[in-house]
Amino acid sequence: MNGPGSLAVEIRDLTVAYRERPVLWDVDLDVPVGVMMALVGPNGAGKTTLLRSILGQVAPASGSIRVLGGTLEEARQRIAYVPQRGRVDWDFPVSVEDVVRMGTFGRLGWLRRPGAAERRTAREALERVGMSDFARRQISQLSGGQQQRTFLARALAQGGELLILDEPFQGVDARTERAIVDLLQELRGQGRTILVVHHDLQTVPDYFDQVALLNVQLVAAGPVALVFHEANLRLTYGGRARDPERLPQSAPVAP
Amino acid sequence: MIQLDHMARVVLAGCALIGLTGGALGTFVVLRRQSLVGDVVSHAALPGIVLAFWLTGSRSTPALAAGAALAGLAGMLAASWILRRTLLREDGVLGLVLSSFFGLGLMGLTWIQRQPDAAQAGLDRYLFGNAATLLSQDLAWMAGAALLVAGTLALLWKEFSLLAFDADFAAQLGWPVRGLDLILTLLTVVVIVLGLQTVGVVLMSTLLIAPAVAARQWTDRLGRMTLLAGGLGALVGVLGGAGSLAFARLPTGPAIVLAASGLVLLSLGLGTRGGWMWSGLRRRRQRREGREAVLHG
Repeated sequence: MNGPGSLAVEIRDLTVAYRERPVLWDVDLDVPVGVMMALVGPNGAGKTTLLRSILGQVAPASGSIRVLGGTLEEARQRIAYVPQRGRVDWDFPVSVEDVVRMGTFGRLGWLRRPGAAERRTAREALERVGMSDFARRQISQLSGGQQQRTFLARALAQGGELLILDEPFQGVDARTERAIVDLLQELRGQGRTILVVHHDLQTVPDYFDQVALLNVQLVAAGPVALVFHEANLRLTYGGRARDPERLPQSAPVAP
Repeated sequence: MIQLDHMARVVLAGCALIGLTGGALGTFVVLRRQSLVGDVVSHAALPGIVLAFWLTGSRSTPALAAGAALAGLAGMLAASWILRRTLLREDGVLGLVLSSFFGLGLMGLTWIQRQPDAAQAGLDRYLFGNAATLLSQDLAWMAGAALLVAGTLALLWKEFSLLAFDADFAAQLGWPVRGLDLILTLLTVVVIVLGLQTVGVVLMSTLLIAPAVAARQWTDRLGRMTLLAGGLGALVGVLGGAGSLAFARLPTGPAIVLAASGLVLLSLGLGTRGGWMWSGLRRRRQRREGREAVLHG
């Protein structure tokens, strides 16, 4: 059912509104299994809202979302999520390993405490993101890139087939960004589906194989080579591109 | 003499129990940035106390506590209703609700005290607290609340710790975040209401906040912080209780709050995890480590 060609996320006619104002309008989006897709669009385009809709944290005004071939409730344990780094308090009194171990909490039942198996999972996840040496650190002693890798490790400890990341490269140094991209591409190679809210248009063709252009409505979605061109970017960012120098100077040429 | 000893024991035990419970639970109040919520609940409780007394004519703790709890919850519901219906910001709304309910309570209190009924004498102890009026059966309630809080925190530790750190992530795991939030809030209301007689509506929230803030300066692990905050809460409770016993006219609330503030100052200065003294030393060490990291690539 989840073989090649099937859909990891299938969104139909999705409309979400806050206080009568539409944030997402009639969005149809397919995310095929095994791709790494960027979700791009200007500020206020509804990117985070779209992620939160897929995760069931936002009640849509209309439309339907199917995840990994079922309802969200059925798929929940197979989704891993990396929220925006700024959404949590990094002075919170926990260690890096404690945070990563939280990734295993979804599989643990109610009232059950994490034990040796969960500790092992957390250690392995830290190893994969190159953060083993920081396991006992308090999280406020981390750099931005290390914080992001901690969050990524927590998502790895969750172990989902669908990995959803909200601006994972925000405030991250170039070396960490490269390391995260390599890891994500490796995960995609293992058949996982990766959906990323992304800001830097320059790197889209390099990092991703698919892209969705969003500005309240979905402008275009599909393979980067087909849909990531100047006409679509103008439609997405409007005539007055907020950040013109970050737009690619010319449309990428399809191979 | 024996009677006085018994009273002193009740006072100190009561102050210690409410400090212990308030401190431990306060860790979550502080980390979830809900300090002002505690203030709303305690201030909003006053009209409930007055109303409960007026309706029942009784000064018994359960009747007044029920009134206080209902009014405190009403204050919180009012605040969240206004927040949902308007574009006002949270701190403004909480401040508004807090002072409106408190003003209402003060009016009621003044009116009750002008009535020619002798029984009302002493209702004003709920303003600043008077642990000397604690009875043995009040201790039983406090001990029950302490057990309830300790048991719930132990049972739902993993859930509460994730909720406090990253509620979004907890929601993504499919956890009933609103239910967990409600449990923590109800526990907070219970602790506040049971502390009102001892600490008073004006200063009660300090007993939630100060021990947790002090504890945070000594540890950066949630479990240790919770235990330490409970211990420090009990300590300032006993210190404040003893102070108010030693000076007969001193209300318990201010005495406890002064002890708590002293502890916070001490911890901010000397605490090993954020105190001014150590953080200066740590900055120097980090600069050195940074240089070494650069040198060794």
